[in-house]
Amino acid sequence: MFVAVVFVATSFNFFLPRFTGQDPIATRLELLAAEGDTIRAEDYKALIETYNAKFGLDRPLVLQYLTYLSAAVRFDFGNSITKYPVRVSELVNQAMPWSIGLLVTSTLLAFLVGTLGGAVLAWQHGPKAAFELILPPFFLLAAVPYYLLGLILIWLLAFQAKLLPLGGGYAPTTLPDWSDFGFLFEVFKHSLLPALSIVLASIGFWALGMRSMMITMQGEDYMLQAEAKGLTKIRTFFRYAVRNAVLPQTTALALTLPHVVSGAILVERIFGYPGIGRVLYEAITGFDYFVIQGVVYIIVLAIAFAMLVIDVVYPLLDPRISYSSA
Amino acid sequence: MATNATTEPLASRGSTGASDALHRVGGLWRYMKRNPSIIAGSVMLGIIVLFWAFGTLMTSPKDAKDLAFAPPNKRPSLQNPHPCYSSENPRELCFAYDDIERPHLLGTDRLGKDILASFSQGIPQTVMIGLIAGSVGTVVGTLLAFGAGYYGGVLDATIRFIVDTLQTIPGILILIIITIAWRDVGGGEMTFIQLSLIIAMLAWLGPTRVIRSQVLVMKQRSYVEMARLSGMSGPEVILKEMVPNLMPFIVANFVLAVSSAILASIGLEALGLGDFSSNTLGMMIYHNIWYGSLVNGWWWWWSPPIIVIVILFIGLFMLSRGMDEWANPRLRRRF
Repeated sequence: MFVAVVFVATSFNFFLPRFTGQDPIATRLELLAAEGDTIRAEDYKALIETYNAKFGLDRPLVLQYLTYLSAAVRFDFGNSITKYPVRVSELVNQAMPWSIGLLVTSTLLAFLVGTLGGAVLAWQHGPKAAFELILPPFFLLAAVPYYLLGLILIWLLAFQAKLLPLGGGYAPTTLPDWSDFGFLFEVFKHSLLPALSIVLASIGFWALGMRSMMITMQGEDYMLQAEAKGLTKIRTFFRYAVRNAVLPQTTALALTLPHVVSGAILVERIFGYPGIGRVLYEAITGFDYFVIQGVVYIIVLAIAFAMLVIDVVYPLLDPRISYSSA
Repeated sequence: MATNATTEPLASRGSTGASDALHRVGGLWRYMKRNPSIIAGSVMLGIIVLFWAFGTLMTSPKDAKDLAFAPPNKRPSLQNPHPCYSSENPRELCFAYDDIERPHLLGTDRLGKDILASFSQGIPQTVMIGLIAGSVGTVVGTLLAFGAGYYGGVLDATIRFIVDTLQTIPGILILIIITIAWRDVGGGEMTFIQLSLIIAMLAWLGPTRVIRSQVLVMKQRSYVEMARLSGMSGPEVILKEMVPNLMPFIVANFVLAVSSAILASIGLEALGLGDFSSNTLGMMIYHNIWYGSLVNGWWWWWSPPIIVIVILFIGLFMLSRGMDEWANPRLRRRF
């Protein structure tokens, strides 16, 4: 399945941009012209031919496709068209840590807080009152797209309160230096708002799923048995109820991952965050085939890989499922 | 049909005669009173309809075109000249816009559009995108779901494989690429109707997956097996026995499909891949981002679209949750 998903996605990814009928070389030349380079008509034709040959765009589609597939296996996507001679892998490598850092932390945080909150909300013996006040607004926030929440947060915390920066990955006046503690703090400050908009908008989703699972769990016989055995409430809560209710949540985590990534692409655009979403956006507006291919390929690969990890980890959570014996 | 009345009371309460239909509507109304989610969702969508009606009454469509740029009730005057005034644009030409004595209740935006008028045009456009893509998605999804779930075999495996694969790829990536392709075919111009058709291309994934699993469950029910054994053909069983019983479920999924289609459209538009001649909610968000209205403090421009979109999504969310309870009576006791 893993291989199939990646293969189909990459093929799709190769053919779709080519059906657009857009000429990336012409776009590139227009860009040059707009920058003030004057190109004579006869040179123009020669330039297009040279560029096409250089990028292999003049060869038959099947050949291009085969080259593409073999390159994809080696993570080699050639050079960017609009930012020639920068290599696609270089662009992706620069952007990837930003996106992964932002996404992984915010998704895990939202998952943990939401799941726990939802569990407590459904628990009959827990401190319900406080959670009943706090959580319902998050249920509603779950219906709001991340980036809209991001806009509101920018206005509240960055524009009005001036607590946090408006956008970007770090202040434009500082030089990136990953060993400098001050710079790390700066990066943290800049990532806080985009992360917050993802976390706030997705807590409700996890809480809602967990709550309904917990309510089902509490009707089960083993819960009654645990209570009858006189186990402490904390123990019944974590070992009996949460332990079982968290399983469908984990499956949901794998299933919603593509949605989270979709949302995050827009969040990065809103905040001007130097992640993969911005690279993709710039590539799309510049018809940069190779960058689009590289980015989409990496995103699909990352999601497929994350799903694989969740699949592998699942038996650890649920002893009933094991891959060793059939 | 009489046999399944005991198993599915709401959905299969007969479908013959007007009194039966009336009875059904009455039952639905009585049920809705017990389902606060549907009420809350409908009220929220109702607020948006009222806002649209108010805007339509108070403004004319031409106010949604370039006019003036000012906060509420600070229209251009001699003391406060129109921003379009410049050496190329004689003052008279700029003030020609102003001969209509109509206040800009919500102010105007940076493009000079009356904001209320933009809403009275944009809300139906956004809803239209949702309805078109949602309907196409639900109809295609239902067909595929029945094909896959009822007939099984190679058809099921193929459809499931396609759905699983496409759902692994973030939809927005595919939509972005298709949108760019479509825009170029149309010579750089794209109407919002075309945008809705593009979104419809992926809108069937969710309904197919969810309805298929319901079809699989329903296939095992005794009345479906009964119908099959009594010699009904496949399409007959589907149309006469299964579709009526799954109808509430399909309707609930339709609301969800509309909501996600609107979400996708606003996402695409916010990225600058929308219909620039339209005033959809997504285009308003796009222009707000483009002109940096947040950092410029133009609150009267960026806040209304955000409020309307938030109410719209929460309303649709509540409605779909309520519908879910309605379609899945066993859920009712849980909440």
